[in-house]
Amino acid sequence: MPRLIRMDASGHSTLAEWAAEDQAAFDHAISEFREQLDAGYIGVLDQGEGHATQVRELPREAKLVIMRRPIAGG
Amino acid sequence: MAAEAEASAPPGVEAAALAELGQVPWRERTDERFLRRYGRIWLWWTVAYTVPFLGAGIGLVALEPLSFPVALASLAHAWIVPELYAYRGASVVREKGPRNRGGEQVAQGLLGDLLDHDARALQRSTGLAMERSGMGVWLVGEGGALLFPPGGRRAHGFCVGTSDRELPPSDRVAHLLLALRTDEGGFATVANHVFAGAPWRVRRRLPGPMRPALDAARKVARRTPPSR
Repeated sequence: MPRLIRMDASGHSTLAEWAAEDQAAFDHAISEFREQLDAGYIGVLDQGEGHATQVRELPREAKLVIMRRPIAGG
Repeated sequence: MAAEAEASAPPGVEAAALAELGQVPWRERTDERFLRRYGRIWLWWTVAYTVPFLGAGIGLVALEPLSFPVALASLAHAWIVPELYAYRGASVVREKGPRNRGGEQVAQGLLGDLLDHDARALQRSTGLAMERSGMGVWLVGEGGALLFPPGGRRAHGFCVGTSDRELPPSDRVAHLLLALRTDEGGFATVANHVFAGAPWRVRRRLPGPMRPALDAARKVARRTPPSR
């Protein structure tokens, strides 16, 4: 089942899960996703084998979307 | 590689440059050519600050043997200054500051899912995640990364991290790994490039448990011929 997670102090928190045919669950996931973007998180879709993509909209077909904090030079 | 990722992305997904690039609009984007040029500059810079100290030390003793204490101090500078730079290079992957161990087990699970079998085993034993990419082989730590371009003859140190101090160590590594996978050149541009030099100089300054990761990364980098 596709999941939206956020990396945080607990390791990670699952914010939403949805099935492809469950519109209500997906709408909830979209709402959570947008809330995290507003809070400054960046959505990343890990595509395996060294590939990842930033997402600004929650892809319904994604298996796992990870919300991460911005990085900066130290 | 980015084009492949874009082509395989599901609908609704935008392949884009790293979002954080907007923080550093004045920086030239890092690519293989930039790295080669930067490596040469570092080489000549190292020669420029080492040779005068060496020359002064040798010259002083030749002119006046009694000045050997001053000559020794000069020779010490020729040794210490490059060592300090190498220490700075190794420091990018060292553990730094207070760390939240509370959620580490959960974070380790997520990071493990992002890595393949060999990289996962290496990360668990050394704390560094190895990632092969277009510019070479990366070792990603909690607060930075080392890059070994093809050929494995040079190491580049990049200092970069997330500002969230509450994150467990493996989540910090996962943050950098995901950013690197999103846009390698953007990742290297956002990071502060703090060192370029021979890998053995960095290895000497790495904590013992991290050295096998450096050896493994160099081995992989050596298998790839350097580009011209």
